[in-house]
Amino acid sequence: MQTHYIWQYIPLVLQILVALAMAGGMVAASFFIGKHKRTKVKLGAYECGMDPVGDARGRFSVKFYMVAMLFILFDVEAVFIMPWAVIYRQLHTITGQRLFGFWEMVVYLGFVAVGLFYVWKKGILDWTNTSSRGDL
Amino acid sequence: MIHLSAFQIFLLLTVLKIAVVLVITLTAVAYTVLLERKVLGRMQNRWGPSRVGPFGLLQPLADGIKLFLKEDLMPLAVERPLFVAAPVIALACALISISMVPFGAETTYQGVDLFQIANINVGLLIILGVTSIGVYGIALSGWSSNNKYSLFGSLRSTAQVISYELALGLSLVGVILRAGSLSLRDIVNSQSAHGARSWNIFGGLQIVGFFIYLMAAYAETNRSPFDLPEAESELVAGYHTEYSSMKFAMFFMAEYANMITVACVATLLFFGGASSPFGHLTDHLFATGFIHAVLPIFWFVFKVFSFILLYIWVRATLPRFRYDQLMGFGWKFLLPLAMVNILATALVLAFRS
Repeated sequence: MQTHYIWQYIPLVLQILVALAMAGGMVAASFFIGKHKRTKVKLGAYECGMDPVGDARGRFSVKFYMVAMLFILFDVEAVFIMPWAVIYRQLHTITGQRLFGFWEMVVYLGFVAVGLFYVWKKGILDWTNTSSRGDL
Repeated sequence: MIHLSAFQIFLLLTVLKIAVVLVITLTAVAYTVLLERKVLGRMQNRWGPSRVGPFGLLQPLADGIKLFLKEDLMPLAVERPLFVAAPVIALACALISISMVPFGAETTYQGVDLFQIANINVGLLIILGVTSIGVYGIALSGWSSNNKYSLFGSLRSTAQVISYELALGLSLVGVILRAGSLSLRDIVNSQSAHGARSWNIFGGLQIVGFFIYLMAAYAETNRSPFDLPEAESELVAGYHTEYSSMKFAMFFMAEYANMITVACVATLLFFGGASSPFGHLTDHLFATGFIHAVLPIFWFVFKVFSFILLYIWVRATLPRFRYDQLMGFGWKFLLPLAMVNILATALVLAFRS
């Protein structure tokens, strides 16, 4: 019955719509049901009873940025592994060699491992202040 | 009798499935919270909630009503559109990924699979992708709150989630290697031949992969022992400090819905999904009929709730990590281990087939 390939995705689209509508509905409902009594203290930023000093738009550690960048690099590499994993069990009949796919992945993961080792030695992965003198 | 075309039946059943699954998921979320409070209470030698209804069973309902009736505060300093969008993104992403999960054995009615909302051939990738989008909910909530506690909580949480996502993704490659498919139905079918013996964790030699997945999943859902974003002794409540009323509850629900999804995925990928641990040994007892259709669902729910109990048990047992330990564990231990696991699995499979 599922003749069209694209039909598979219709339930997913419906689910996305329903989930968004449900979440949006909850926000709206709590806005309309709850009563609103606005006072100056309530509308200020939470700071354990003190008046907040400045706002939260200051600078923060560059390490978070480093992690985000590394994540993109390694995640792209992880995505490239997925198609290989799907086809792996048919590779030996396609190529006629039992270990062809395996050696391919050894080379690929070798490159990834060298990258990881480099980042590691540069100290990006160390979060304590004494040892993270990475000059990248 | 109105005559419906095949496409109309397909749409109707899909909407029905989505409604049923979402209602069950949200109920499960509410009662997982109660279960957690009860079990944690017992483990700490106290009762847990016991006043509302028999054994405290109406507690989730009372909590829900209370949260709806609370004042919906929006502090003046927040970035309004993003502040509202963040909980919507978090909860919606948690609810979307459940649509890929096959809950029972393949049972078709009018050509529509009854126990799975969407059987897509890249289902596993979609689950990974949707959970990645869930990070936006955390990142945006912390930034738009314009509060230092929220900002630091969300930065920590974002860095933690994306770091462990690598290990999570790579730990699943062993399973994909074995099944040769990204469709969750195919992955379950590849392990249902001989009961527990052919599950990926035992027969597939994926016990290392399962260990990596479990650790990464705890970190992904911000659960103890990796619950640094909500380290209440330092950060008040982390990224949802400024949220009140139902918006706060939505982050809470998103966390528990993610827990359930993660438990479902662990069940599907490593423990044979809805297949019975006894394989076909018990098939002749219930060859046909209602029990035959419902029994797989029982096994599925049983496995999922075992995982949720494990979550709670771990929370009651282990102390919280330090942040540098957390990042070190993810990058320096789990990631290389996942790579080694991929190669070892590939080598074994090359000589087996």
